[in-house]
Amino acid sequence: MVAQNVAFGIIAAAMIASAIGVVTTKNVVHAALFLVVVLAGGAGQFILLGQEFVAWVQVLVYIGAVIVLFLFGIMLTRAPMHPRESLDNDLKWPGLVVSVFLVGILSALMIDAFDDTEIELEAPTRTAEVSSELFRTYIIPFEVVGILLLAALIGAVVLARKD
Amino acid sequence: MLLNQFLILSAVLFGCGIYGVLTRKHTVLVLMSVELMLAAVNINLVAFGAYNGNVAGQVFALFVLTIAAAEVGVGLAIVLLIYRNLRSADLDDVDVMKG
Repeated sequence: MVAQNVAFGIIAAAMIASAIGVVTTKNVVHAALFLVVVLAGGAGQFILLGQEFVAWVQVLVYIGAVIVLFLFGIMLTRAPMHPRESLDNDLKWPGLVVSVFLVGILSALMIDAFDDTEIELEAPTRTAEVSSELFRTYIIPFEVVGILLLAALIGAVVLARKD
Repeated sequence: MLLNQFLILSAVLFGCGIYGVLTRKHTVLVLMSVELMLAAVNINLVAFGAYNGNVAGQVFALFVLTIAAAEVGVGLAIVLLIYRNLRSADLDDVDVMKG
């Protein structure tokens, strides 16, 4: 349990530092690379929670596909790599107030509701359990999400092609 | 492990995402901040799934991942269109609707 908490602390610190990097760095490509660290840290937390399948899906889908899409987007929009002007608008202080306020409220609510609740992990969840649950209980949402993904991909192709 | 440590980590990441959405000017960076918020939600779902001892959290995290991938696809197509039409991907330049 102690080892798990130490691992959680290290990964969480890296994740928070990189998340702040994503929203403050002046280089767009660096922001994408910081996002990789945050998402990989998320996968690490899932493994700590014994939920392997979703961790590896996160690595494959987010780090493998979504980040590559972002890098393509950066390349195709000729985003500034060494920007002279700032990448932020003038909402810096209102944005900071809003986000700090939100984090404070959420944390206070969580501490109030789940003060000393422990997560008891017996064994890692087997992928077979996930798939049988997915294809028995959640089969209709699964199909709907599949159709949504297809529609989104066709929509993206239609939007982005030159006619 | 406490349940709260995961929930508060996720709240902090969500706050970073909100800050990014509010303050970034470049469209791709705004999309990245939205991804940050979705990743934070995923941590919440998986932590509650592990706490309840069932796989529903994992299944819903998978759905959120799918939606995030679809959203990035369409979002980047829209960003490309904005860039093609305005020769710029800054959100401050997208002000056609301003009176």
